[in-house]
Amino acid sequence: MTWTPGDDVIAVQRGPAPGGAGGAYRAFGETLRGLKTTFARIVEGPVTIQYPEEKTPVYPRFRGRHKLHRFEDTGLEKCVGCSLCAAACPSDCIRVVAAENTPEQRVSAGERYAAVYEINMSRCIFCGYCEVACPFDAITMGHDYELSDYNRGDLIFTKEMLLDVPLERTPLRAEGE
Amino acid sequence: MIAPAVVGYYEPWWIQILKSIVIFAVLFQIVPLVLLGERKLLGRFQARYGPNRVGPFGLLQPLADIGKLLGKEQSRPVTSVGWLFALAPVVSVLTAVASLALIPFGNRRELFGTPVGLYGIDVSIGPLYVFAFGAIAFYGVMLGGWASGSKYSFLGAMRAAAQLVSYEVSLGLSLIGVVMTAQTMSLTGIVEAQGGMWYVVPQFVGFVIFMVAGFAETNRAPFDLVEADAELVGGYNTEYGGARFASFFMAEYVNILVISGMAVTFFLGGWQLPFGIHPAGWLEPFVVLAKMFCFVFFFIWIRATLPRLRYDQLMSFGWKVLLPLATLNALVTAILVTVT
Repeated sequence: MTWTPGDDVIAVQRGPAPGGAGGAYRAFGETLRGLKTTFARIVEGPVTIQYPEEKTPVYPRFRGRHKLHRFEDTGLEKCVGCSLCAAACPSDCIRVVAAENTPEQRVSAGERYAAVYEINMSRCIFCGYCEVACPFDAITMGHDYELSDYNRGDLIFTKEMLLDVPLERTPLRAEGE
Repeated sequence: MIAPAVVGYYEPWWIQILKSIVIFAVLFQIVPLVLLGERKLLGRFQARYGPNRVGPFGLLQPLADIGKLLGKEQSRPVTSVGWLFALAPVVSVLTAVASLALIPFGNRRELFGTPVGLYGIDVSIGPLYVFAFGAIAFYGVMLGGWASGSKYSFLGAMRAAAQLVSYEVSLGLSLIGVVMTAQTMSLTGIVEAQGGMWYVVPQFVGFVIFMVAGFAETNRAPFDLVEADAELVGGYNTEYGGARFASFFMAEYVNILVISGMAVTFFLGGWQLPFGIHPAGWLEPFVVLAKMFCFVFFFIWIRATLPRLRYDQLMSFGWKVLLPLATLNALVTAILVTVT
């Protein structure tokens, strides 16, 4: 029993066979097309981003180095030392040691504050779970991605470093870019 | 006995020495420029910058490259044949420079009170001289590959031998048309014969064949099977490093300049400009150099565009397409020259 193709079967379009005078003519034409393609790249100009001088812009939700925040009006820290971020951290890179606020020394708005807040950047995988876990929006992910250092010890970021107004070294991607 | 050079006028010995030093010095300043230009242009062809870190606009990059290569240790494999291994790069550079002497950069001028031809030497056997040194240049590649005592080098050298021999024939035949039309073999004579019309127009087929075969002769893409870094690691120069590699590298670029210069001389009217424009005498070398740079640009453009041929494609193209075409071109030109 032979199979007869119906009307819905479309014959495969094949290019002309190579070789012969026609093949040579087409090869010449294709060479010219290739030359045009490469020359168009010169006209277009380079697309390289000259990295150390020129930085790749990041999207607004880019997850870079963390930031700790203060209340703008009172200047108190938002972090209450609940360690939920440390619990959420999959790579276990956050260390929080909480302490009680006293009327004489008030650091945060809540009952307790983080006496020690360290993030080991050499372990952090920038997943953003800490940001999600935080009930007070005390920790957020910033935009800085230039985090190399010469010593592993220098990559442990302390509370002071995270609270500091970070150097905004990274350009933000413009709308629609 | 045929005189080695038919100059037709008297040139004192010190002018000849001075000329050779000037040509050598100027062209060797151009080689690093071509090197840098190639890397920068290749970058632009691929939508990137190319070297731009060393010096302003990366201009010192070739200097840094050469410094690096010269500072490297001279090493060679234990299986290599010592003195041939050392001789091969010398042969390559020597033949490349010797062919350089033939490119006419300008007409005869009065300099220091004596007539001086703005070219190394004007021989009565122009194209033959080029081919003679081109043939010796194979020895550089072949000896280099063989004396390395390495399989890859040897494969590269074998390919080089086959490729260069088959394309040399077409290269020679493509120039026969020009020589027949100009009725002279002196390169300055050929340039002067193009006063009315550049030979690129009546000898267009010859020009195309010359360019294609020229690409093969200089081992440039798409005919760079000799190096074929993907298959042969680097071909005949696999085992070379340091200054010897630099010599091979330099010879390759001098060969590009030589082929460009030959194309300018044989087909693009040398130092002459079209539409009856007669440049001042001192501009002639610059006209030639400008035309040469157009060809160098074309060489780089082709390299950025075309992929490398397969070995059997290379051979069948050389023998089945290029050689019959070149023969036909020579025959048709011969008939036309005899009839008219």
